[in-house]
Amino acid sequence: MISSLQQSLIIVAMVTVGTALTRFLPFILFPDNRETPQYIRYLGKVLPFAVIGLLIVYCLKSVSVLSAPYGIPEGIAIGCIVLFQLWKSNTFLSIGGGTVLYMILVQFVFI
Amino acid sequence: MKKEQYLYQLNKNSEVLAMGVKTRALKAAFPYTIPVLTGYIFLGAAYGILMNSKGYSLGLTVLMSIITYAGSMQFVAVNLLAAAFNPLYAFLLTLMINARHLFYGISMLNRFSGTGKKKMYLVFGLTDETFSLLCSTEPPRGIDRNWFMFFVTLLDHLYWITGSILGGVVGAMVSFNTKGIDFVMTALFVVILTNQWKSQKHHSPAIIGIGVTAACLFFFGSIHFMIPSMVMIVVILTLFKAPIERKVAE
Repeated sequence: MISSLQQSLIIVAMVTVGTALTRFLPFILFPDNRETPQYIRYLGKVLPFAVIGLLIVYCLKSVSVLSAPYGIPEGIAIGCIVLFQLWKSNTFLSIGGGTVLYMILVQFVFI
Repeated sequence: MKKEQYLYQLNKNSEVLAMGVKTRALKAAFPYTIPVLTGYIFLGAAYGILMNSKGYSLGLTVLMSIITYAGSMQFVAVNLLAAAFNPLYAFLLTLMINARHLFYGISMLNRFSGTGKKKMYLVFGLTDETFSLLCSTEPPRGIDRNWFMFFVTLLDHLYWITGSILGGVVGAMVSFNTKGIDFVMTALFVVILTNQWKSQKHHSPAIIGIGVTAACLFFFGSIHFMIPSMVMIVVILTLFKAPIERKVAE
């Protein structure tokens, strides 16, 4: 279902305001002239690593390992992306190659 | 020289000098942004193609890339636009998915302090990739740091907009089976994780992130696992603060 243009613009506005809020909030809460608490600085150091882990799981949330194709296409594609990246460190090759491989797998192999 | 003439010349000199600072910062920034250039053109194009395949206009596609400018969130937003109209849900889901930006902001508090007028735009443009560039690179010697960060942010933003225009146009001209194209988002995060893994000796934060979220997905199900995951991650990182900090500092 495609909503009307007006509804689409309202959704875009909501997403925009929400995104801006998460980006600006730390700078509003901890302005330049105030010392950032040590605990917050610790979180700032370790959270980016944890959050990327969270996002990968988020991306794979609807993959079922109990029913066909058992997450096999995702597993193959992710394995290849990691190998590409370790081997060549070329973001374009890793992301592009991995995505195309995945599309081939779900369109032709594991239909 | 008359006083006015002298002042005029002085003003002009400083203008030329200031332009030099900007140009040099732009030239210095560009090479660092090349990985993002390739990534964003591809990702942006995938987003543009996806929007086109769902029947949205190029205008809306590009508008979102300019004013929202949030890679993964824009993929999610494609589904939000197609779902039943619910602005509050869209807003809350955005806060949840983009909550990680809070952590980027916290990490950048020191780096962005004293950037003056540029700060607004630096904060607005703080995406996953721009964040990882800005926190892993120092500008070369003699390059103004604030302008360097500004141009890294601006170039990344332009790549993203260009990619989404390309995707929207190509998607409209060529029709092909787009099934599986949203995997591009997974691929992006796997690449970021691999890079982080290589750059760090200790991986406990990454392992906690994956493990806790996977456990929450198992116990809470695919609709309700995000908030418990984020709470649990912060709780565990807080409980094990001392040992993790010791390891990370090594």
